[in-house]
Amino acid sequence: MKLRKLAKMAIENRIEHSFVIKGKDFGNAGNVSTKIKDLLKEIGIPPSIIRRVAIATYEAEMNVVMYANHGTLNFALTPQKIEIVVDDRGPGIEDIELAMQEGYSTATEEMREMGFGAGMGLPNIKKNSDEFEITSEVNKGTKLRIVIYLDSKNE
Amino acid sequence: MKLKEIVEKLNLTIIAGKEKLENEVTGGYASDLLSDVIANSKEGNLWLTLQTHQNIIAVATLKELAGIVIVNNREPDEETVRKAEQEKIPLLGSKLTAFELAGKLYELGIKG
Ligand SMILES: Nc1ncnc2c1ncn2[C@@H]1O[C@H](COP(=O)(O)OP(=O)(O)OP(=O)(O)O)[C@@H](O)[C@H]1O
Ligand SMILES: [Mg+2]
Repeated sequence: MKLRKLAKMAIENRIEHSFVIKGKDFGNAGNVSTKIKDLLKEIGIPPSIIRRVAIATYEAEMNVVMYANHGTLNFALTPQKIEIVVDDRGPGIEDIELAMQEGYSTATEEMREMGFGAGMGLPNIKKNSDEFEITSEVNKGTKLRIVIYLDSKNE
Repeated sequence: MKLKEIVEKLNLTIIAGKEKLENEVTGGYASDLLSDVIANSKEGNLWLTLQTHQNIIAVATLKELAGIVIVNNREPDEETVRKAEQEKIPLLGSKLTAFELAGKLYELGIKG
């Protein structure tokens, strides 16, 4: 990272980074969430917060890998909160309410054989966030906004 | 208890990650659904599963699990072994079913 960018982040009390997630790339799936977890550990964020961020980012990352063609994950840390925005280009979700239901999944047989498709990803993201928004457009893509407060008691 | 001790007592085969057998095992988790393991396993858990695909290594890395035991004599995919070596995640094998192995771990004092 450029020194000037780092200095700017320090002054603004804001650390941010953008990650690319490739669709169908199961070989690298999980790397983005692990990088974010390692970063938070290094900064000294409490384990209970890291745990929730790890669950939310992993599930969001995997949904991009499984269902979309391409996505970006934007991560921002301020003294108050962690904000994660995941934006993908892909099939989108027709019925968001249905997709949010625990157990609902359109995972293929092949994905289920790998252990995906419990229909728990989106509900787990929601459970672990303090703020959660999902918007989607069919044949365009899906966007998630996840906020986790650093002082939150939410378990 | 150290993973090494469990490997010896339960006769597990070491498939990969043998440099991390000193890992302390805090408990166990048995599941074949990755979202369930992500949500409910804890750091230092030994994970019993039927899954053999490389995504299990990503899950174990993210959750900082002590190791993975592939049960029922199943064989992991080649990429899984490669990734376990790369990420230094102990990958073990057992002839037993998840149920039997969990019972034996309980007997050793490794609980949920
Ligand atoms: N980024 C996305 N693009 C398109 N469809 C999506 C996306 N994320 C989720 N979905 C749809 O919503 C459903 C539910 O998602 P959720 O993450 O809750 O479960 P899952 O991915 O099917 O299974 P699990 O996450 O437990 O492995 C998916 O099966 C899929 O149909
Ligand atoms: Mg999912």
